[in-house]
Amino acid sequence: MAELTVAVVSAERSIWQGKAKSIVAKTPDGEIGVLPGHSPVLALLLEAPLRIETVDGVKVLVAVHGGFFSVDSDRVNVIAETAELAEEIDVERAKAALERARQAAGGPDDPEAAAAKRAETRLAVAVGTR
Amino acid sequence: MGAQLRVFRRRIRSVQATKKITKAMELIASSRIIKAQQRLDASMPYLRNLTEAISAAASHAADVSKHPLMTSGEVRDRAAVLVITADRGLAGAYSANAIREAAGLTKLLNEQGVQVSPYVVGRKGVSWYRFRGVPLAGEYTGFTDQPTYADARRIGQDLLEAFLTPEDQGGIDEIHLVYTNFVNMATQEVRVRRLLPLEVVEEVVQPDGKGLPFPLYEFEPGAEQVLDSLLPRFIDHAVYTALLMSAASEHAARRRAMKSATDNAEELIRTLTRQANQARQAEITQEISEIVGGADALASA
Repeated sequence: MAELTVAVVSAERSIWQGKAKSIVAKTPDGEIGVLPGHSPVLALLLEAPLRIETVDGVKVLVAVHGGFFSVDSDRVNVIAETAELAEEIDVERAKAALERARQAAGGPDDPEAAAAKRAETRLAVAVGTR
Repeated sequence: MGAQLRVFRRRIRSVQATKKITKAMELIASSRIIKAQQRLDASMPYLRNLTEAISAAASHAADVSKHPLMTSGEVRDRAAVLVITADRGLAGAYSANAIREAAGLTKLLNEQGVQVSPYVVGRKGVSWYRFRGVPLAGEYTGFTDQPTYADARRIGQDLLEAFLTPEDQGGIDEIHLVYTNFVNMATQEVRVRRLLPLEVVEEVVQPDGKGLPFPLYEFEPGAEQVLDSLLPRFIDHAVYTALLMSAASEHAARRRAMKSATDNAEELIRTLTRQANQARQAEITQEISEIVGGADALASA
């Protein structure tokens, strides 16, 4: 069976690499699922969890904070400015950050609102695997 | 023990203590060079993918040369210079070299009728400009030995904002980067690079070097939007790379400076030990001649 070769890299390091059955990501136009044989796509990513199902059926969740991903002949590169795997996320810290950011946030353009969104994504990813 | 001998011994102990410190700093710097290099290597896949994607998007987007980040205003009268120096001293001429290069660039730009607003990374650079009363457009300190991507992004955003500000409100027309390129452990050289306006055509490297065309990507939401979103990332990453390169160079410079300080301390200890031995010998000789003299005097009495 065809499979996807996936690489998730952030600006600072390589996050995850491996073979996968499918990937689900969130773009400005909505969620997009990628299966083997997908046509080439280059799409921006929103602040959201990225779901990877590996060939062994394991689900990997990654919190990606902005970036893009490209699909070309069954190779998927996810390029995020910052990204974290679910097990790297400190739930307590993310909760505290969310609380703090929500209280400080003013309008939708406020940097604190972005911080709140980031913390939410982190939490969603961390909780999703537990 | 004679006074002279005591003075020598004290100086030896003091130099030994200094040597221990410089030796420790040398070792720390050595390990940090490697760490900085590893982080530089770790960030390369991101840069490669980003460059590829930008090239692909640029080849699809309509009229790339009109993109705001690739054109300067009609008049070129204001430029930003980002200088990367160290937070701490004891690194030889590392910071001084970067500052000298930046001063040269500033002079050159001034001669062309371009005003320069300096952005400075590192306490050494900041205090240099402060002392001369030069107003700084931006200063960033506290992370030069281990810069993170977040630091780079902060700088990149400030620069971008200044670049996109309309000219009549003090916006800048171009951005230059002065950093220290890490060639190898022994060689580091100060480099000047123009960051903005971007010259993507020159930056474009075919993904596999064989000149194969890009895959026919379908862009979401669209090639222009993808380009708009990716170009700032490219700037952030260029700043990040420059910071990491400079950090590696800073550690290399510090290692070299501390190595020669340790060598000098060893040399000094050797000389002082000789002098101390001589003083001790002189003391003994004098004591013997005093005893012999005394015994002679008693015998002849």
